[in-house]
Formats: sequence, C-alpha cells, structure tokens
Amino acid sequence: MRLTDLPLRQPAYIDLIDWNLLSAIDGQRLREFGLCEGASVEALHHGGLLGRGPIACRVGRMTIAMRRNHAAAITVRTGPESAA
Amino acid sequence: MSALPLIALVGNPNAGKSALFNALTGARQKLGNYPGVTVERKAGRLSLSDGRPIELVDLPGTYSLSPASPDEQVTRDVVMGRQTGEKRPDALVIVVDAANLDNHLRFALELIALGLPTVVALNMVDLATRDGLELDAAILSRELGVPVISTVAVRKRGLDHLRQELEGLLNGAPPAYPAGPERDFDAMRSEARRIARAAIVRETPSRRLTALVDRVALHPVLGLALLLGLLFVMFQAVYAWSEAPIAMIEGVAEAAAALARDALPDGIIRSFLVDGVINGVGSVVVFLPQILILFFFILMLEATGYMVRAAFLMDGIMAKVGLSGRAFIPLLSSFACAIPGIMATRTIADPRDRLTTILIAPLMTCSARLPVYAVIIGAFIPARDIYAFGGGYGIGLQGFVLFCLYLAGIVGAMLVAMVLRLTVTKGASGGFLMEMPKYQWPRPQDILLGLWQRAIIFLKRAGTIIFTSTVILWLLLSFPRVPDGDPTSQVDHSIAGRIASGLNVVLEPIGFNRDISLALIPAMAAREVAVSALATVYSIDAGDDEAALEQSLGERLKGQWPLPTALAFLAWFIFAPQCISTIAVTRRETNGWKWPMFMVFYLFALAYVAAGVTYWTATAAGL
Repeated sequence: MRLTDLPLRQPAYIDLIDWNLLSAIDGQRLREFGLCEGASVEALHHGGLLGRGPIACRVGRMTIAMRRNHAAAITVRTGPESAA
Repeated sequence: MSALPLIALVGNPNAGKSALFNALTGARQKLGNYPGVTVERKAGRLSLSDGRPIELVDLPGTYSLSPASPDEQVTRDVVMGRQTGEKRPDALVIVVDAANLDNHLRFALELIALGLPTVVALNMVDLATRDGLELDAAILSRELGVPVISTVAVRKRGLDHLRQELEGLLNGAPPAYPAGPERDFDAMRSEARRIARAAIVRETPSRRLTALVDRVALHPVLGLALLLGLLFVMFQAVYAWSEAPIAMIEGVAEAAAALARDALPDGIIRSFLVDGVINGVGSVVVFLPQILILFFFILMLEATGYMVRAAFLMDGIMAKVGLSGRAFIPLLSSFACAIPGIMATRTIADPRDRLTTILIAPLMTCSARLPVYAVIIGAFIPARDIYAFGGGYGIGLQGFVLFCLYLAGIVGAMLVAMVLRLTVTKGASGGFLMEMPKYQWPRPQDILLGLWQRAIIFLKRAGTIIFTSTVILWLLLSFPRVPDGDPTSQVDHSIAGRIASGLNVVLEPIGFNRDISLALIPAMAAREVAVSALATVYSIDAGDDEAALEQSLGERLKGQWPLPTALAFLAWFIFAPQCISTIAVTRRETNGWKWPMFMVFYLFALAYVAAGVTYWTATAAGL
C-alpha cells in the first residue's frame, strides 16, 4: 500500500521508494530525513481543511511533513520488521 | 577576518545549535553577512579557562554537505575552507540531537571525515530522557573516535566540560582522527544506525508530549482555529501591552521638547531641535514597545517549534495560490520586517517559489507600518469595545481595525501570488518537505537576546535613516523662510511645500492632501518616516501657537483630515513599497534591477487603486 493510504497511527515499514517519481532535490532531502527501504514509518496527521493538504509522518525518530505526491512514491507494509 | 582561533558550530537544523551558541557566547555576539551572499554570519567570543579568547561561528543548519539552498552552501564552503571572508575553522563542534541519533550521526560522520579537530555535543539529552531514551556518551565517543560531551544548552549543562575539550583541541593536540576514506551515503547511514543502536542503553516508550500537542495543533479544524487565535491574540497584544511604555516614552520626549523650548531662544536652532530632532525621531521611537511585542511573538513561535506546524497547516492553502507552506515562514517573519523575511526565502529551494515569495513579502504588514497605522487608528478610530467579555476585557475596535489591515495585506498577497504564478513566475510548483521539531520551551535569555538585537537594529534605523530623512525634510520645509508680514504659511512657502504641491496633482483624486504628499516623499526611505514627517510638518505649521504645540500628532491630524482621507491613507500603506532597504535587498537577492523595479511598480499601482477605492467609497457612504 502507498503511504498516502496508510491509516493514521498504524506502524509500518517502508517497502519501496520510487525515486523516479521524485525530483532530484526532493529525493535527496527525503534520503537525508532518513527515508530508506526498511525504515519504520507511521502516518500521524493529514493536513488540509480545504482539499488535500500535506501528510505529517514519523520516520525513525523524526517527524517530517511531506506532500501527497511524495507520499505516493512510497510503498509501505504493515507487520513485523523481520519480514523486511 | 580575525586572527583568533576559529571554532565552527555545525549540525542538523533543530539540533539546538543556536541555543548552544547563545549559551556559550552570551550577549557577546556579532551579526554580519558573508560577502557576496546574503547569508547571515553569526559570530561570538568565548573565553577559555586561561583567558584566551576564541571566535565561535554558528553555521546555518544543514542535513548534509550536499547543499540544497544558498545558506546550506555556506556551511559546506566554510567547513571545507572555501568560503571567501572566512578562514577554515581550527576546530568543529558538531551538535547532534540526542533524541535523533540515527539521523544526526550520519551528518556527524560526514563532518568527522573532513579530518578537522572535532568534538561532538550530544545536545538536548533532557528531551531524550523525557522521551524515555537513555544514552551512553562514552560508547558514542569510542565508536565515533572523537570526544562526546552531553549538553543541555537551554539549561547550561555540560558547557564547562565542552569548553575544556575545546581547550584541549586548540592546545595543539594533533587531530587523532585522520580524514577517513570516502564513503557513500548509504554506507554512512548504516554506520550511523549501528552506532546509534550501540549508544542507546535503554529505550522505554513513553507518552510523547509533542505527539499529544500535535493532535490539536495539526488538526485540520482545531489547529487552524488555534493558529488564527494565536495571530489574533498577537495583534491585540501589540496594542494592549504597549500603552504604558508608550506613555512613558512620550512623556520623556515631551519633557525634552519643553526643556529645549525653555532653554533656547526662539530661532532656527530651536526649531531644528524641537521640530526636527525631538518631534521627528521621537514620534518613531515611541513605537519601539509595539515592535518588540510583535517580535516577541514571532521569536516565541519559532523557538517553541510551532512555526513549522503553522507552515504545515497553511500548505494546503498556500498550494492553491501556487506556493508551498514553507513560504509561510518568511512571510510571517515579514510581519516583523520584510528584509529578514526576504532573506529567509533562501531556504526555499525552488527558484520560482522563492521569487514569488520575495515579490509578495512586502505585502505582509511589517512593523514599520505600525507607527503609521497606530497614529491614524489612534486619531480616527474610537477606542471602544466591539465585544465585551466583562471584567474590563473585550475585543477593542482599534485592535480589530488593525487586524483587518493585516488581513487585507495577506489576502492581497495571496491574490498577487496567484496572478504571478499564472504569469511571470509560471511553471510547476516546488514541493513541501520539512522536519517538524519537538516542542520546546525556550530559554527566556534566548528570547531576550533576540529582542535586544531587534531593538538595537530599530534604534539604529531611527538614529540613521529616520534621523537623516527627518533632518533633510526639516531643511526643505524651513527654507526659504517666509518674509515677515507675508500671509502665506511657512510650509506653503518652503521648497518641500512646492514639490508636494506638484505631487499632489496626482494624489488629490485619491483624497490625499498636500501634507500627505509631503510626508510620502521622505517616507520612500522608510514607511515610519511618514509619521515623523507629518509631525515635523505640523510642528513647523504650528509655529509659536502654544495651543497647537500642546496637541499630540493624532489630535492635530483629527482636526485637519476628513475620515475618508485617513482611511485612504491606511489603504495606501497596505501596498505602497515605501522602503529603500526592501528594494535594495530584493535587488541583491534577485541579482538585478528587473524584479525590484517590477515590485515597486505593481505595488504603487495597487496602493493607488486601493486608496482611491477606499476614499471614493467612504465619501459616497457619507463618512
């Protein structure tokens, strides 16, 4: 499932990141934020009263805000870490 | 460049770097700029135990040595010794957030590999403990190969220990950590993770304060209500809290004017001192309390970590006008002053996003407009409550009008941004990617230091730009002198009066009188000069009329201007780009005259239309 579809506050792991969907600069920043295959992730808040706003999520120990187009490039999987 | 040993503080954003810098250097700081770029250079002095001074420089926070924005580039260039105007640091203090080791250690490894003498400050250990994390600095030090000191900058913990380590590094101990082999990003990340896991002694999941607060602060409805509430309180406070200190400053200025009037014989020197210096500069300095209250709120929002939440809430709306939530932060800073606001756009990576933000930043109601708004609102808007809560508390009409003026600027900016993104800055919008720091209660000293630096900047402006333009205006107003027995007033007869009469042909249709035209010319230097200019005009106009001299500027305006004119004057200042420094910083940030000229033209056009529509509507409504 994509990170955009992940229910709020359900711990998950990143399965795959489609770097081709992200601009070079956004990809680099996400990598610096600690996003990588296998990292733990949890969607915390969906922003936006009018229309679809950004998503706040916890990645490792950090909370980051990203837009839906970034989150759509990230495939996640719920379940135990060992399956990674 | 100084010959002192140079130590650079470097680390991720939100590692508490600036708090550590403040704790180490206290008030002994110097703000400047790196040559050629508009990145602020923050440096301070620090004394070692033997009294030897060293210079400490606080580098912009960045996530890696691959910069994405101009300020991150400065950090890379300084630590690599490539930045002009800065020598290569003799040592580095790498600041890492104890609660975010995996991530911050990756950048730390990148920095340690540079081979400079290094010490790591394991900062904010108290917050890590709050989150149920227990760390072993000794293990960390062994794994990294450099000294690691636990610090809590906001509580001044670990600072002596850090100073001792720095002393050791500078006392010629050879760097025990030669430049390591080049490792790629992924290798450093796994290494950082391994070290972080080794250093974490215990981890107990605990209720995290930040997560709890964010449930409200980031809620689509509650969060937005909270943000609007905060902004509303901020603008009410600007009025409510400032009454007493303003009365005090006014008292001092009046006493000084009375003293000068009694001590000096009537003549050109007395007129210069009373009309030009005391009335002119005094009428601007009187707004220092309001400006400081505004800065207090902005500094608090930044230091507590709330500002990024505001950006998150606003991203949906900002996206609609083609901007990102990130633009909200420079725009909110622009409420204090457009100059730091425009400089803060450097953190926006997308060039079109950045240009649009720069072009609309002057529409945010900066603190220099406050003197203008305050004097007009004070004179023309009755001080009554539009809603009373009882017990002496209520929503004041004056504060409400001020809120509306701010709102008009914001709505105007959004509309302009939308038009710009469809025309001159057309193209795909950049993204919105931000780290959300933990909430933190700031150290009062850090806020006070920030306020102190703003106060000095404002008073320097009052002493230079505002003083100079007031004096020039006084000269132009005072000469040539009206011959004795001539019935024309001094203002009409003066050079300035004649220039203003010419300009007034253009401004009369929007309800502006000659005195306003006169005040607008020197106000090109800075908006608040309009107030000091009006004070000087009416002070000279009053001449020796004792009754008129007793009146405050507000009382004089009320007697001379019809209400529609006053309202049109307010509407003009929502848009008018009357600030030389903003134009100059825009030229510097956009590398040329094209964009600042465009900005000046479109803002004056909007100001003219807004003032005109206001005047005509108010007149038609019979106000």
